[in-house]
Amino acid sequence: MCLAVPMRLIEKEGKTGVAEISGVKREVRLDFFPEAEIGDYIIIHAGFAIQKLDEKEAEETLLLFKEMLEGVDDE
Amino acid sequence: MKYIDEFRDRKVCEQLAKEISNRAIKKDITLMEVCGTHTMAIFRYGIKSFLPSNIALLSGPGCPVCVTPNSEIDKAIAFSRKEEVIITTFGDMFKVPGSRSTLAREKSLGSDIRIVYSPVDALKIAGENPDRIVIFLGIGFETTIPTVAATIKDAKNKKFKNFFVLCCHKLIPPAIKVVLESGEVLIDGFLLPGHVSIITGTGVYKFIAKNYNKGCVVSGFEPVDILQAILMLVKQINEDNYSVENQYTRSVKEEGNLYAKQLMNEVFEPVDSEWRGIGIIPGSGLKLKEKYSQFDANNISVKVEPVEENPECICGEILRGVKTPLDCSLFGVECLPENPKGPCMVSSEGTCAAFYKYGK
Amino acid sequence: MDTILLAHGSGGKMMHTLVKDVFVKEFDSSHLRKYEDSAVLEIIDKKIVFTTDSYVVDPIFFPGGDIGKLAVSGTINDISVMGAVPHFLSCGLILEEGFSAEELQKVIKSMKKSADESSCEIVTGDTKVVDKGKGDKIFINTSAIGTMIPDVSLSKKFIEPGDMILINGFIGDHGIAVLSKRKGMEFETSIKSDVQPLNKLIGDLLSNGLSVRFMRDPTRGGVATTLNEICDGMEFGIELIEEKIPVREGVKGFCEILGFDPLYVANEGKVIIVIKREDSDKALEIIKKFPEGRDADFIGEVTRENAGRVILRTIIGSHRIVDMLSGEQLPRIC
Ligand code: SF4
Repeated sequence: MCLAVPMRLIEKEGKTGVAEISGVKREVRLDFFPEAEIGDYIIIHAGFAIQKLDEKEAEETLLLFKEMLEGVDDE
Repeated sequence: MKYIDEFRDRKVCEQLAKEISNRAIKKDITLMEVCGTHTMAIFRYGIKSFLPSNIALLSGPGCPVCVTPNSEIDKAIAFSRKEEVIITTFGDMFKVPGSRSTLAREKSLGSDIRIVYSPVDALKIAGENPDRIVIFLGIGFETTIPTVAATIKDAKNKKFKNFFVLCCHKLIPPAIKVVLESGEVLIDGFLLPGHVSIITGTGVYKFIAKNYNKGCVVSGFEPVDILQAILMLVKQINEDNYSVENQYTRSVKEEGNLYAKQLMNEVFEPVDSEWRGIGIIPGSGLKLKEKYSQFDANNISVKVEPVEENPECICGEILRGVKTPLDCSLFGVECLPENPKGPCMVSSEGTCAAFYKYGK
Repeated sequence: MDTILLAHGSGGKMMHTLVKDVFVKEFDSSHLRKYEDSAVLEIIDKKIVFTTDSYVVDPIFFPGGDIGKLAVSGTINDISVMGAVPHFLSCGLILEEGFSAEELQKVIKSMKKSADESSCEIVTGDTKVVDKGKGDKIFINTSAIGTMIPDVSLSKKFIEPGDMILINGFIGDHGIAVLSKRKGMEFETSIKSDVQPLNKLIGDLLSNGLSVRFMRDPTRGGVATTLNEICDGMEFGIELIEEKIPVREGVKGFCEILGFDPLYVANEGKVIIVIKREDSDKALEIIKKFPEGRDADFIGEVTRENAGRVILRTIIGSHRIVDMLSGEQLPRIC
C-alpha cells in the first residue's frame, strides 16, 4: 500500500534534509527520524523519512542468502 | 540502487522458491497479502510462477484507493467544483470513479486539481495561493498518516487559514480483524505490510497469531523479501506454531516509529469508518482532534449528490478475498484500465488492474 | 519587441517584422526569402514520405532540449523510421499573447540548429497569436517531406520469429527530464532529455543492405507501448529481457520514488529496430559508431509463442505480460 524507497541523506538542517538515490535528489522531512545523520540510508515515503534503514540488519539478511547459496553449491 | 538491487537477485529467488516447494507439504495453503504494494510486486516480478500450485495468494484490503468508498470520492469531487477550491491529491486518487465522475474528469471541466508527491507540497500550494482554499485528500494507511499529521501541525504553527484536509485515512489492523471474523475465506497466513509496520511496529498483529492461529510475517517489497516471507509462513504453518515474525528487519522495528505514532495521536483520533465493499468498521478511520479541527475540510459546506453504486462492480468482494476479478462480468469487457468502472481497476495496485495488466 | 502581442499575428506590419527579422532571418532558407504562399520543391522520381506532428510540452525548456529541438527532431524521426531521408520541413507556430520574444528567438534558433544537423531545410511556415490564457506559451506544428531510400521497404509484415529487437540507447530519459522540471515536482536530477534527430544513424544503417524489418520511435507511451503496437494483431509475439534494457540509474531511481515503470516513459531520440537475427550483430556495430547509438543493445526478440503479446522476462527470471499504457503515469504513494 505504500511505496517507500531507501535514499541516502546527504544534507541536513534541523528537521529537513536532502536525500538522494542514483543522483535524484529531493528535500525530505526528518520529523520522524530526527537523529538521522548524513550518510544514513533513510526510508522515504511521501517526502518524509519514516525510518532509518538498518544497514547491519540488511547486511545480515544478505549474508544469510549468501550462505544459503553457498550451501547449495557445496552439495 | 543500494539496498534495492541486492533484494532482486535471481539466484536467491530461485533458491528460496526451491525451499518453498520442498517444504510446502500441506495440501492447500492460502496466504493473504494484505497490502496492495505487495500485490503489485507479486505481479510485477511474476512471483506466482515461482510458487508450487498448492500455494494460493489472495489480495487483501490494503489498497487505499480501492477501499475508499464512493461517498468520500463524491465529496472530494463536490469540493473540486467550488470555484475557490484547489484540490491537492496523490496521483493515486486522480482517476478513481465516484458515483458519477472522477477528479480527472472534473479537471477537464475546469476544476483546479493538482497532483502532489508529498502533503508538504500541498501546504506549499496553499502558501502560494492565499486567496484560494486548498484541500488535501488525506488517503492512505499508517505509513502515510504521520506525514499528513506533520503537515497539519505545520499548518497550525504557521497559522494557515486556507489549508484543509479531507480525512479518508484508514487503519489496517481493524480491517484484518474483519477479514478474519467474517470467516468467508480460509486463510492460513498473512503477508503483513512492511511499510505500515515501520510505523506501527509488529506488536499490533499479535492478535492474529494468538487469537486466530494464523501465520504472520511482516514482509518487505522486493521479490527476495516476498519469497523469504512466504517461506517463513510455510514453516509456521508446517509447525502449526504461529507468531508474528519479521522478515523486513532492515526497516521494521518491534516498537515501530514512536515519533510518528505520537504525532499521529496528537493530531488524529480513531472513528468508525466506511470501507468499500466491507461497510463500516469500528475504529478503523481517523478524524482530526479538537485542537486541529480548524483544518478539517468538513468545516467547508458543500452539497454532495446522493451516492450511487455500480451494482455490477464486485470490488468489495474482491477486497475481502471472496472473489477474484475473473468473477466480475465487467472485467476486461466494459471495465478497463482506461475506462475503470470500479476503484480496483484504477490503482495500479488494485487487484483488477494488476490482474488485467500482468495476469490476464 | 519583448513580448508577443496579438498584433504579431494580425497580418499587419508587426507580423511582417516578426516574420522577416526572426523566422526568415534565423531559418535562412532561399524558399522562405521568396515570401511566397507556398514553397516550390523539386523531387524527382522517388517515393515521397510525408508526415506531420504537433508539439506541446511543459516546460518548454528542459534539460537536454526545448520545444524547438523536439518539434524538428520528432518529425524528422517519424520520416526516418519509415526508411526515408527527410529533406524539407514546415513550421507552424501558435503563440500565446505575452510570450517572451527572447524565448521565441531561442526556440527558433534551436529549430534551425536541429534542422541543420539533420541536413533539412525549413521551407515554409505560419504564425498565429491567441489571447492570453487561450494557449500555453508556444505550440508548434511541423510537417516534413522526405524520400524513400531506394530498395528499402519496412513493414510489420516482414517480421519473423527469431528476429532481434534493438534499441539505440537508454530509455526514459526524455520523460523523466521533463517531469523533473515540472512545477511542483521539486526533484533535482541530472537527467537530460534524449531528444535528437536520428536520420543520420538510420540512414547509415539502411544503406548497408541489412535485413531491417521494421522501425518505430518509442515516444509517448514508451517502449512498452511501441512494442505492443508492433505485435498487435500479428502472428508473432515479443520477448523482452529486463536486464538487457538500458535504463540509467537516475531514471531508475526516479521511477522507484514515484512508482513509474521506465518501459512506459517517453523517449524522443530512440528507435526500436527489428532486424533479421543473422544481420543483427552487424547492425549493432554500425549503430554503436554514432554518438546517438553508443549505448545501443539488443533488448529482446521476436517469438512464435504469445502471438500479439509482449512478454517480459524479469530480472528474477519469471515472465509477465507487458501491456500498453492506459493513460498517463501519475506520481503515486501506493
Ligand atoms: S473489474 Fe472493474 S467493475 Fe469488476 S470488480 Fe474490478 S473494478 Fe469493479
